[in-house]
Amino acid sequence: MAISEPRAARALGPEVIRVSSVSKRFVMRQDNSLKERLVTLGVAGRKHREDFWALRDVTLSIRAGSTVGLIGHNGSGKSTLLKVIGGIVQPSRGGVEQRGRIAALLELGAGFHPDLTGRENVFLNAAILGLSREETESRFDDILAFAGIGDFINTQVKFYSSGMYVRLAFAVAIHSDPDILLVDEVLAVGDEAFQRKCLDKIMEFQEEGRTIVLVTHSMDQVREMCDYVILLDHGEVIHQGDPAEAIERFREMLEQPRQDSDQSTAPEDTKGPETIVGARVQSPGVSPGAVIPSGQDVVVTVDVAGVAEASNWVCAIELESTLGQIAFATSSEWSLGAPFEGTPDRFSIAFRLEQAALAAGRYAVNVSLIDALTFEHLDDAPQACVFDVVTPEPTRGVVRIATSVDVTAKG
Amino acid sequence: MTTALNPSVVRDRRFSRIAALPFTRIGASEGAARGSVRAIREVFQHRELLGLLVRRDLKARYKDSTLGFLWSLIRPLTQLAIYYVVVGHFLGAARGIEDFAIYIFAGLTAFGLFSDTVVGGTGSIVGNAGLVKKVYLPREIFPLASLGGALFNFAIQLGILLVATLAIGHFPLSWRLLYAIPAILLLTVWGLAFGIALAAANVTLRDVQYIVEVVMMLLFWASPIVYSWSMVQGVTGNGVLLEVYTDNPVTLAVLGFQKAFWVGGSPHSFPPDLMLRMGIAFVLGLIALFGAQSLFSRLQGDFAQAL
Repeated sequence: MAISEPRAARALGPEVIRVSSVSKRFVMRQDNSLKERLVTLGVAGRKHREDFWALRDVTLSIRAGSTVGLIGHNGSGKSTLLKVIGGIVQPSRGGVEQRGRIAALLELGAGFHPDLTGRENVFLNAAILGLSREETESRFDDILAFAGIGDFINTQVKFYSSGMYVRLAFAVAIHSDPDILLVDEVLAVGDEAFQRKCLDKIMEFQEEGRTIVLVTHSMDQVREMCDYVILLDHGEVIHQGDPAEAIERFREMLEQPRQDSDQSTAPEDTKGPETIVGARVQSPGVSPGAVIPSGQDVVVTVDVAGVAEASNWVCAIELESTLGQIAFATSSEWSLGAPFEGTPDRFSIAFRLEQAALAAGRYAVNVSLIDALTFEHLDDAPQACVFDVVTPEPTRGVVRIATSVDVTAKG
Repeated sequence: MTTALNPSVVRDRRFSRIAALPFTRIGASEGAARGSVRAIREVFQHRELLGLLVRRDLKARYKDSTLGFLWSLIRPLTQLAIYYVVVGHFLGAARGIEDFAIYIFAGLTAFGLFSDTVVGGTGSIVGNAGLVKKVYLPREIFPLASLGGALFNFAIQLGILLVATLAIGHFPLSWRLLYAIPAILLLTVWGLAFGIALAAANVTLRDVQYIVEVVMMLLFWASPIVYSWSMVQGVTGNGVLLEVYTDNPVTLAVLGFQKAFWVGGSPHSFPPDLMLRMGIAFVLGLIALFGAQSLFSRLQGDFAQAL
């Protein structure tokens, strides 16, 4: 079993990709048929052409053995950058230098023809990826074993199920022995078992010193696999380097429009006088707004107003992770044993989450005031506040459980 | 294979191998001559793939049909029958031309090579959009694959032509057979030049493929395939018009083919200095090919987006 080294210590080799001041402009003309061009003598096309700069002055250097993640909005230029590195799209300005065998996995089974058999397609696809006939023949058995489609290899590909198709395509790609692998979100296809297989193979690749450049929307994948992340926005490099920082910046970019739109819908939407005025999170020994170490008490304080008239209501809070998972939820009734009744107009409710063993990440607090009898929501304040938790070791999931490991020799 | 080795050994070997490699620059704007040399070199490196693509196209064309690639012969043979009967006998063109069927088929075969290469080439980039958008390949490989397919059909038709000449007892065994070589070279070079240039143009202006079909129709009749060169001479006389008509590279190739495989006909059936004209046309064809490839290189940077 291979034990992967902690990411910071992964050995890096010589430079393999050098991107120098690359800009890419796409000219979008409206007239794309001869008739349209002739009728206006090309003038309308020239006047209405739109210049879209997909990449602006991008400069990067990628070393062998690193796994680089490209993240950003849709339309930020990640796929274009990947295609420029792969030589599929040529830059309008600047240039790219690279060395080593490069394989682009922008689409699984590129070149697969439905009327050819699986065997014929393997040879065709392998040739497309740069393998010679002898190389393909020597790996053929490995490819077959990895794909696991058995005798179907001799049937025409049009009769394959989508799962078989994807397994065969990936098997060919993974055996093409590239020094540099460019992956554009293809790991998002297939079932979970298959994705697991892909990820395992990618980890093997990393140990073998291959370079991987990966475009992905999954921050999970970025955290798991990448040791260098490039964040793009509208064609510009906003951040390059540490994965955690890049993800943070990206989160901030994503939250900005959401917070803006949230504020516009907030207080006016209440149905009654009961209002959640605000919420805040604190932890003993931690200054407000700073990261909270996992395992400490987390105090969520909710300020409410206008509840004097109401009876039998509860206040409920949810801790929501960035992936939308509810890490933990509770309500005042569950904790206090009874709903509130006849109370002063404004007060605060403090939920003390003792020794909150949360996994690292950012959590948003959703607050609701709920009628205990009808379960009608009196007021909701989703994402009322956020806080960050930090753990000594990397974590995944929503809990952090202190673990100790004991190794005993056998026999 | 590599699972037996310690991954870090594999990794270190990879690093030292890569460190010794020179950087290659992608997306460089280089001179047209250097660009063409590079294109030729890259296509040569991918020659196995070229073969596989040709095979793929041929297989795909006649998939699931019972007669298979025999269909690629039925069309020219039907054309032959039609022209022989209608143009040859109803319209009387066969009167001045002996072995009229051989005469037509020689011209049809030669023209077919040119036509298939150009029409196939024009649609080749658009037809392989999937690959162009997702993989790095020298894109010239696609019009070349069309040429490959066209040559395959051509070879079969040539076989039939020779069998036919044998059947009527007029097998063309003489030094005139040598005319076939420059003819084939002409068709290949000019076919490729147009195929490559039009393939690039077709990506942005999809009308091109329809225009090409119409132009092919015109070119068919602009060459002495179903009539003789001397008939044209009889109408135009020996002036500029005849020269213009004759120096069309496709016409020259057709004439060359007829000279090679058609035993009938006197020296007056053909223009003077045919070999010389073919040589000049070939050189011009190489220049055209070079120009077409430069145009292709310039346009190909944006293929992936336009498709």
